[in-house]
Amino acid sequence: MPETSEHPGAPEDGRAAVEQPTLSRDQVAHLADLARIDLSDAELDHLAPQLSVILDSIASIQGVAGDDVPPTSHTLPLTNVFRDDVVRPGLTAEEALSGAPEVEQQRFKVPRILGEEQ
Amino acid sequence: MAAALDDGATTSVEITQAHLDRISEVDGAVHAFLQVDTEGALRDAAASDARRAAGSPAGPLDGVPIAVKDVVATRGLPTTCGSRILEGWVPPYDATVVARLRAAGLPILGKTNMDEFAMGSSTEHSAFGPTHNPWDLDRIPGGSGGGSAAAVAAYEAPLAIGTDTGGSIRQPGAVTGTVGVKPTYGGVSRYGLVSLANSFDQAGPVTRSVLDAALLHEVIGGHDPLDSTSIDQPVPALVEAARRGADGDLTGVRIGVVSELGGEGYQDGVLARFAESVELMTKAGAEVVEVSCPSFVHALATYYLILPAEASSNLARFDAMRYGLRVTPDGDPSAEDVMRATREAGFGDEVKRRIILGTFALSSGYYDAYYGQAQKVRTLVTRDFEAAFRLADVLVSPTAPTTAFKIGEKVDDPLAMYLNDLATIPANLSGVPGISIPSGLADEDGLPAGVQILAPAMADDRVYRVGAALEALLGQEWGGALLDRAPQLTGAGA
Repeated sequence: MPETSEHPGAPEDGRAAVEQPTLSRDQVAHLADLARIDLSDAELDHLAPQLSVILDSIASIQGVAGDDVPPTSHTLPLTNVFRDDVVRPGLTAEEALSGAPEVEQQRFKVPRILGEEQ
Repeated sequence: MAAALDDGATTSVEITQAHLDRISEVDGAVHAFLQVDTEGALRDAAASDARRAAGSPAGPLDGVPIAVKDVVATRGLPTTCGSRILEGWVPPYDATVVARLRAAGLPILGKTNMDEFAMGSSTEHSAFGPTHNPWDLDRIPGGSGGGSAAAVAAYEAPLAIGTDTGGSIRQPGAVTGTVGVKPTYGGVSRYGLVSLANSFDQAGPVTRSVLDAALLHEVIGGHDPLDSTSIDQPVPALVEAARRGADGDLTGVRIGVVSELGGEGYQDGVLARFAESVELMTKAGAEVVEVSCPSFVHALATYYLILPAEASSNLARFDAMRYGLRVTPDGDPSAEDVMRATREAGFGDEVKRRIILGTFALSSGYYDAYYGQAQKVRTLVTRDFEAAFRLADVLVSPTAPTTAFKIGEKVDDPLAMYLNDLATIPANLSGVPGISIPSGLADEDGLPAGVQILAPAMADDRVYRVGAALEALLGQEWGGALLDRAPQLTGAGA
């Protein structure tokens, strides 16, 4: 699933996006679409106002830290971890497929991935 | 219990059977368990008895049964994370934590209930129904690890494993009168833990005493090559620290009371019990100082931006292709249509809220203003901790702002629910360890409250030393353990 994507009404420059911390029903529908969740109309009615309230309260974060503060993505000083390239026991094909919704010829069977027009 | 096993006064099979009986008796009312593995637990208990009979127990906890939160993968035993999307999934491998429990000889009683994918503070967001607080069955047991805490509080299990992303071990500990520890981030392997927010998640012990927590922590802790964020350093001597603390002497220990974690928004009875704990520690020789961590007021907002952002990408793996639920709409659906339908049907409201919020926080155009800003404030929180730990060896606060609330009270008010984690979240933002121990019963409702003790990263031994000391001091005041005062659950079987 895409982590970043175009957003309706999103300004070009993120810093300008600070004035209206609300999420419209249409925006929520679009975000749900990006996240590949088929929300029902009733859910959109229910979730959109809740999300606006949450967003309104967390919007206070804007402007708290100045440009000179470095971001933290992780609390540990992470370094790449290497190991010797040795064979270790792994899952058998049967084990790996044991939770699969559908299996065919020792493979995961999935629905078609292309649309009509492709 | 371990001592009784050592003496030969009892056997692991006897103890394990007694807990299975207790589960049959009270879990109808408590609903701490999603899955009970009677056969597996008794088989492992018999193997443990054989080791002890041969004079070669695998360690001090060999034969002591344990419950495991359902977010941790257990080979051959269903692991659902409290979600329909994983209903019936049986992992083909063990999490490292589970592998270490098995190697140390602890029979696994079963899997405990939780808020779906560990999102929540009440266990009401479980797709399989809420867990009830053993102190008052109409109330929540905290969350997300309410099942583990309730199981231990109701004597259905002597020990349990929880996971703490924003307080999910410590807050349930506080509201059920049990002990919960969030280790230093990286101190316990995350391999086989279903990720919620991978830069916060940390597994840890849920127990009835600080010493038990230390014994369990030493079993599960330490470096794991299967987790690239696991710290490659020896775990400090935790059991020794807990034993040392048990004399109740805190001479020379500097204890910092965090001024931002208290006051407005905290229940009077919780604050009163906290003040008493601080007074007891002062009498025991601790030097108490007030410390200020100004950025902590932004911790909640920071957390509720970073967590959904990480969760929205972590939960993208539930795509109906390789494991878990698959819902196929009518017609000739594409893989994407199947994904949409499956995620709609398989996720509950809170999971949807957070995925959508996280997708928003990571959207181009909003990224810098929200997610980027939250990452910077995370740095400020860490700086506040560093400054505070120059003035104090440990920091203390109430664990949760209130005692257990009624089931249903906040379930559809996400913001009110989020406030339960006010005091626990800063530790997750900075990766520092923390413990919650019972501080007594609040006057207004007679329900348990907790005190939280935080230490610098990799100084987990300090939370055990100070935690054990405070536990001993409070035990002297009470003339016993707090849980002795819990109402009896007698096969209510609701």
